[in-house]
Amino acid sequence: MADYLLVDRLEKRFTSHGRAAFKDITFSVGQGEFVALIGPSGCGKSTLLHIMAGLSEPSAGMVRLKGERIGGPRPEMMFVFQQYTKSIFPWKTVLENVLLGVKYQSNAPRKALEKICLEHLDLVGLSRYPHYYPYQLSGGMQQRVAIARALARRPKILLMDEPFSALDAMMRVELQDLLLELWSKLQLTILFVTHDLDEALYLAQRVIMLSASPATIAEMVDVPLSYPRRQIETRSEPAYLELRERLYRSMVTQVVAGRVDAP
Amino acid sequence: MNPKLRAVLRDSRFSGVLLIALLLLLWQLSAMYVVTSPTWPTVVRILEAWFENIIDGTLATHLLATFWRQMLGYGLAVVLGIGLGLAMGYYRALYNLFEPLVEVLRPIPGPAYLPLLVLFVGIGHEMKVVLIFLASLFPIVLNTYSGVRSIDRVQFDTARTLGLTTLQTFRELVIPAASPQILTGMRISLAISLILAILGEMIVSNDGLGYFVLLSQRTFKVPEMYAGIFTLALFGYALNRIFLVIEASLVRWHHESSGRI
Repeated sequence: MADYLLVDRLEKRFTSHGRAAFKDITFSVGQGEFVALIGPSGCGKSTLLHIMAGLSEPSAGMVRLKGERIGGPRPEMMFVFQQYTKSIFPWKTVLENVLLGVKYQSNAPRKALEKICLEHLDLVGLSRYPHYYPYQLSGGMQQRVAIARALARRPKILLMDEPFSALDAMMRVELQDLLLELWSKLQLTILFVTHDLDEALYLAQRVIMLSASPATIAEMVDVPLSYPRRQIETRSEPAYLELRERLYRSMVTQVVAGRVDAP
Repeated sequence: MNPKLRAVLRDSRFSGVLLIALLLLLWQLSAMYVVTSPTWPTVVRILEAWFENIIDGTLATHLLATFWRQMLGYGLAVVLGIGLGLAMGYYRALYNLFEPLVEVLRPIPGPAYLPLLVLFVGIGHEMKVVLIFLASLFPIVLNTYSGVRSIDRVQFDTARTLGLTTLQTFRELVIPAASPQILTGMRISLAISLILAILGEMIVSNDGLGYFVLLSQRTFKVPEMYAGIFTLALFGYALNRIFLVIEASLVRWHHESSGRI
């Protein structure tokens, strides 16, 4: 199962000046695993995720899913964007937005599809809002719509690009716990990009840290904490604090190194 | 100031309507007592002429003629303009191919096409339709492609991850996302199309409100001339109001999500 989702010697160069954003990135994600990808801003972690989703082309290397090369978006992988205000279409109601994910995917009658969508809205706690428009909802609720839309397509893998970074602290905590609940309930594989070390440690089984640009893998550590995780208790466990300090040091080193390297 | 009166002045357009009534009254009085000239008839006299021409169907006939050719030219511009604009906005190669041409043709004022059209299309109905079409086309093309080009990358990526085909992407994303700007272009062109319809009718025609106004002036039926202009004012106003109502219902999400209601 180790090679379920494999990133193989991936490299991305900027088209404008030819410098590498990242190079020689190799790691794999097991089925059902929750992996967080962190790194200083500008290290290309978001680009890496876009390549994994088939939304962008690598300059070298490849991404394989069960041995098969990814060359474009795949139905078993869903992407959750940071910019929920754009990713959720403002001209569609909540239900219509979720429906957009499934209506071209299957030939089932509309009623059946709506039922699936309502079930998934229920899953993210939005069962009372199917006929609302996005602008009538808070940011956290809008990102829930995006998650419901992704899940309604019954994906195996979620690729999440800083999905909670635009939310306030309270919302973020709520959505982190919702995500963990969905992960275990639906047996998803999740690759979660964030710049927030605490978020990465709280959520993931494994944390991959990228160095400053041109990025390589700086650290890859297992998080020795059991589930279910609890916002207060987990974050004060010695193992958590120890790992946090180690990664934080590493991150600071990366940032400083990046500064010296800068032209 | 009385708070009730202040509220009325702030919250309603009562004062604006009152101003129009006052100006008409001033016109009436000036025509009765100050400027007694056949070129400045009283408002009452104009209303009489207006009424007569409504009753005998003259104004309706001319209004319909104007409306018909306006809608032909405008409708053609809407269909082709949106089609071309969507294609240019979506396909980079088509944008590069057509954008310089659009930029060169766009500054030409609509009436400048007239002499050329007379040479190639003649002076009939078709000439006026083509004139209206040409002048209405560019605002729609321009607004449509800039609307499409301003769609965020994230939205296209969303459509791709949801597995939408190009056709589905147009239906679900491109057209709705660009619709506020498409409608802006259509509203600009609606006003232009009426201007060009009237102009065409004044140059060569035997019906339409432009023809009616000019003919009335030439035959010294001055009250009728004013009645024709009044009709145009009401017609233009009504067109714009109807358009705004349709626009608001089509893109309510846009106004509300940008906090404009």
